[in-house]
Order: sequence, then C-alpha cells, then structure tokens
Amino acid sequence: MTDTTISGAKALIECLYAEGVDTIFGYPGGVLLPLYDELYDADIRHILVRHEQCAAHAADGYARATGKVGVCLATSGPGATNLVTGIANAYMDSVPIIGITGQVPTSMIGNDAFQEADITGITLPITKHNYLVRDVEDLPRIVKEAFLIASTGRPGPVLIDLPKDVSTAEFEFEYPKKVHLRGYHPDIDIDVNAVKRAASMIAEASRPVIYAGGGVIISNASPELLKFAEAIMAPVTTTLLGIGAFPESHPLSLGMLGMHGTRYANYAIQESDLLIAIGARFDDRVTGKIEAFAPHAKVIHIDIDPAEIGKNVRVDLPIIGNAKAILQSLLSYLQKSRREAWLEKVKRWKKEYPLQYQQSDTVIKPQYVVQEIRKACPDAIIVTEVGQNQMWAAQYFQYENPRTFITSGGLGTMGYGFPAAMGAKVGCPDKTVIDIAGDGSFQMTSQELATVVTNDIGVIVAILDNSRLGMVRQWQELFFERRYSHTDLTHSVDFVKLAEAYGAIGIRAERPSEVPSAISEALAADKPVIIDFMIDPMENVFPMVPAGAAINEILEPGAGAA
Amino acid sequence: MRHILAVLVDNKPGVLARVSGLFSRRGFNIESLAVGTAENPEISRMTIVVRGDDRVLAQVMSQLGKLIDVISVSDLPSSESVDRELVLIKVAADAGTRSEIMQIANIFRAKIIDVGAETLIIEVTGDEGKVKAIEDMLARFGIKELVRTGIIAMNRGTKMVKGGYT
Repeated sequence: MTDTTISGAKALIECLYAEGVDTIFGYPGGVLLPLYDELYDADIRHILVRHEQCAAHAADGYARATGKVGVCLATSGPGATNLVTGIANAYMDSVPIIGITGQVPTSMIGNDAFQEADITGITLPITKHNYLVRDVEDLPRIVKEAFLIASTGRPGPVLIDLPKDVSTAEFEFEYPKKVHLRGYHPDIDIDVNAVKRAASMIAEASRPVIYAGGGVIISNASPELLKFAEAIMAPVTTTLLGIGAFPESHPLSLGMLGMHGTRYANYAIQESDLLIAIGARFDDRVTGKIEAFAPHAKVIHIDIDPAEIGKNVRVDLPIIGNAKAILQSLLSYLQKSRREAWLEKVKRWKKEYPLQYQQSDTVIKPQYVVQEIRKACPDAIIVTEVGQNQMWAAQYFQYENPRTFITSGGLGTMGYGFPAAMGAKVGCPDKTVIDIAGDGSFQMTSQELATVVTNDIGVIVAILDNSRLGMVRQWQELFFERRYSHTDLTHSVDFVKLAEAYGAIGIRAERPSEVPSAISEALAADKPVIIDFMIDPMENVFPMVPAGAAINEILEPGAGAA
Repeated sequence: MRHILAVLVDNKPGVLARVSGLFSRRGFNIESLAVGTAENPEISRMTIVVRGDDRVLAQVMSQLGKLIDVISVSDLPSSESVDRELVLIKVAADAGTRSEIMQIANIFRAKIIDVGAETLIIEVTGDEGKVKAIEDMLARFGIKELVRTGIIAMNRGTKMVKGGYT
C-alpha cells in the first residue's frame, strides 16, 4: 500500500459519493467484510434490512418516490439470490436500481465455493445490464457505466458483482468524468416528421383517447401531459403504473383502464378512433383479448424503447424517444380541437357507470378504508401490496400527483409494498407513506418491522385484513365454483401483537365507525404503525374483465352469486 | 421466412450468453449462429439466421439492439448479400465406392481432406442450396458424421456492416 492507492472497497464508496448516493439498503456477509468495514465510517446512510429481498424492494421504492437511483447491497450466494425477486420486479417496472453483490474471490469462481452463486448468470434476463468485476482497475468505470445505464433511456436495474479479492486489491483511484459505451445511445433524436404526422392524425380524430403509462412518470412529463390533454380535449386513462401521471379529479380523467379499470375508461378505449399511447406497453392486464382491443382506433405509440413498438399491437405511428420531450414538441404543432359530442358521451358514461360498492354499517368495506385514508391524508404516498388491496388502492384513492402511487405492476410481487414503503419514506421523510396491504402479502415481508422500528422509519401499514388470499379467492368464487383451495389464512397471526412485539404500534378496527379514528391515531403517532382493518372477507374487486375477454365484457357485483 | 442478421458486439466474456439467452427467453428460433472476431479485434461479429415474419424480425432486431454489448444489428437481404457455410462430411467409402464419391466431390468443388480405410472426410463450402445438394448425393453411401460452421454472410459491393442500425 502506498500513499496514493486505495482498496477496491474504499474506491466503491468513493464512486458512490461521486454518484450522489446517500442511502444504501443492505445486509452484510463474509465476502462483503472489507466493504462493510469501509461503510462503518462512510458518509452514507446504510439501512440494515432483515432480508435481502427487502433491500432490493426498498431501493426500488426509494427510486420510484424520489426519481433517483436506489442502491441495494447483498453478500454472495444466498444474499445475492435473495435479491433476485426485487431485481426482477424493478426490471418489469423499469425502475433504476443498482444491486451490488459480493462474490467469492476470483480464483475460486466456478469451483462451487462456499456461498458462491453465478449471480450475473442468474440475473442476465432480469437486469438491463450486469457486471462481474474481475480487475479492480475496471471498477470506477463499471460503476459509472452502471449508474448511467440504470438511470437513462428506459431505466432498469443494473447489478455489479464484486469478488472479495477485488474489494481488497489496491490501486490508483480515479473516477472517470465520462464513459463511452459503443452499443448504448439513450439520447434519441425525435423524428419531427412523425410528430407533425401525429398532430394531423389528432386533428382528424373525432374520438381520441390518451392512454398514459409509467413512462410519463419516469420522464416527469405530467405537466406536459396535462397541457396536451387540455389542448386536444381528449380524455386520459392511465395504466396501473401511470396512476398519478394525470390528476384524477380532472374532468378529462378516466382513471385506470384494463382488467379492474373503470367501465368508462374501457368503453372509451373500445369506441375511440385514435389511441395515443404514451410510455405504456399494451400489457395483457390492460388490453384483455388483444384482437378485440380498441378495434376502431388508429394507434400512435410514444415510447423510449423501440422494442415496445409493435410488440403486442399493430401501431400506425410510432414516435421513439423521451415522453416529455416528444410531448413538448407535439404541443407546438397542435391545433385547438373541440370534440363536444365525444366528451359529452364520455361524461355520460362516467355518470352512468361510476366506481361503486355497497357500504355497510356493520362490516368494514375495504373501499371505504381507502376513501377514509384519502380524506385524512390526501398528500400521502400510497404504496401497495399485490392483489385485491392493490386494486382497491388504485381505484378508490383518487391520485393527483406523480410518484404518489407506488406498486408492483409487471411482476405482481406480493410482499413488495412494505419494504418499498420503507424505501419511499427514507427517500421522502417529510411525506406520509402508507402501505395499503393485504394480510397475505404483508406476511411475506413483515420481518422488516424490525428495520423500520430500529431505524425510526415512520411508515403506516394499513392491512385490509380479510384473512384470505383475496384475489385468488375471488377468482375461485367466480371461475372455480367456489372451491376455495388453500386461500384461507384465518388465525395466521395477531397483527396488533406482532406490531407490539417489534416495538411498533398496533391498532385494530373491526367496525366501520372505528375506521376514521384508527387512521387519525396512526397519523398522529410518530412511529411505525400497523392498522389491522378487519374487512368483509367476501368483498370482491369490481369492475372486472375476466382474463382473455375483451375489455368491454365487464363483470359487476353479483357475477359470482348467480 | 429466413433472415440473416449481422450483429456486431463488444468482444467481451458473456456476450454470447446474453445473445443466445435473449433468443431462448423471447421464443425466437435461431437456425444457426456463427461468431468470430471482426476486422477490429475488439469487436466480434455474429451471423444469426432466424426464421419468422417481418414482425418477428423487427422484434428480434430491436431486442438485440437493447443489449448494451450489442453495437449494431443489420438485416442482410439475400438479394444484396452473399452467404457461405463450411461443412465437413464423413462418408462411408470402400474400394468400390471411393472413386465415385471423389467424382461427386469434384463436381461440387469440394475437397477430400482425409482418407481412411472405410471413410472419407469431405470439406464443402457454399450456400444452403449447394450444401443440401451434396448432402443428398452422398446420403446413399452413408453419412457417418456431419458438422457445419453455420452460415456467415456479407453485403455485396460497397455497403458495409458498421456501427448503428441499418
């Protein structure tokens, strides 16, 4: 060791400083000892999770809430494989996270060493790119490239696998100012001719619908989307991941479309003559039966990823590039349009087919809980688990701002919500962060109660507790003759006592009248809280389009009771 | 429909796994894949033969283009390019059939590169049609073993495969 050389581990910390990283979610292990030794007095907040999967989800929630890159850290072998679900989740939803894994020393790689796993091989299909650092001299460049790749273009997870001997090797550290990647060109010039053609297609359309996805939020294009919609007077529906991209109180808002979308969003899609897809990918939960989706519409598809064009549907006009930049350009070519008849029709649908549920005086309805949370805390960041809780949270909160609804869309990861809420709260400490959970999902990652309590991360978990795997149970009721195979979770655990066991606050609400006070009690507490809302166990999510049906073939309450 | 793609990639470990993994997980069928360094030793050039309609081709090309290590993806239409494959065929041959087999090889401008007591190894280079024809001719003697390099291809004339999409 000379005066000017530093270890790979120390260099990695320097790289993270250079990238502006102030928070890491991680879990130590044998091969990471040199790196953890450096972290001991580094100027980075390290949050010790209780399971590596949650480090990845927390980094993901942090990234979605802040727009910054989230970082997670795990040791070799099982530590690394535990990250896999979180990485796959981030990949499906285009979330910029960096996963750093320890690896056995380079001389032992391939020998089935203790705690060895080929994590670059394993994560090949679920990362935007990944690296095995074989030479410490490459480390600064790799970290720089990883952050660039994760955060630009269509964002996504990047994994860096760091062998132990590389972390202890000494070298002259210098962080590159720039890196050049021959095969990576995220800055795409917008095709102005395509933009002009889009403007004239819009001018000619009489029943346009804007279908906005997560890409609008990722590119911070919400202000442009609002201007665009108002300029062309077209109704706007969002995907699950697009929720928050357009204010749902706006008269042009149709809410969410698809399997559990509003009737009026799905009807508008089916009758439209021009579909303007922005940062969305025509997922099967959106389109239903693809041949019957938007049958009368020409399609303009704005997306940063050329591989999304024509992947699922035929596109009449693709425009490749950043949604914000394309909308800005498009705004300058638009003609003011008036489409009173179309908007009148949409308005009638909204009036005729609102989202609705049967309120009760005796049993708590989950939709009511979501509405009461909205009433008590309209500015909260809502994070969800997966299943019925997720759909009720999507339908009944009424979101106004981007990055206020965080959910696992593509992968549908149960157990995502709680650690993601933890990450969101760490990234946005001044915001109220509420995980709207199900009792099944929450049990998948509830051990993170230890993390939130010891690190003083004041998230609220609102469990819509039906003691069931509710969404699967719903499908069993509707499509499997009420044969409730293995979806009953009754008597799993007392969530109030569980909260207390970890040093958090536990509140139970059993009657509708107790809902508002439970929420205000939780909001007043300056600590992690679990509220166990004992909801109607047989409540279903409606509207519902059965899998494989056209999106205007909609089931409503009573469908299963026939 | 058959398409021949020329794919330039960074000559780094793991690139082949990234490309072949992409094909299998997206359900694209590779008919053949040949790889070696290009004129610049930092770059490998893959020639990939895929079957599919235009939509499949567009998906294959744009998904390949997303791989960070992939520098360029070009479609080489058969009307504007030449393609070749090298095949080694070990065929059963005894004193009675040896000269006839050698005559067939001659006609196809193939080479005999090994002669054994009971076999010959024939090296043949050509496009798909020619290779198929000699294979058919030799079949009745008994093909004991056959190995092929996979098709490699190049644009005719001044058109070149370089970085960027073509």
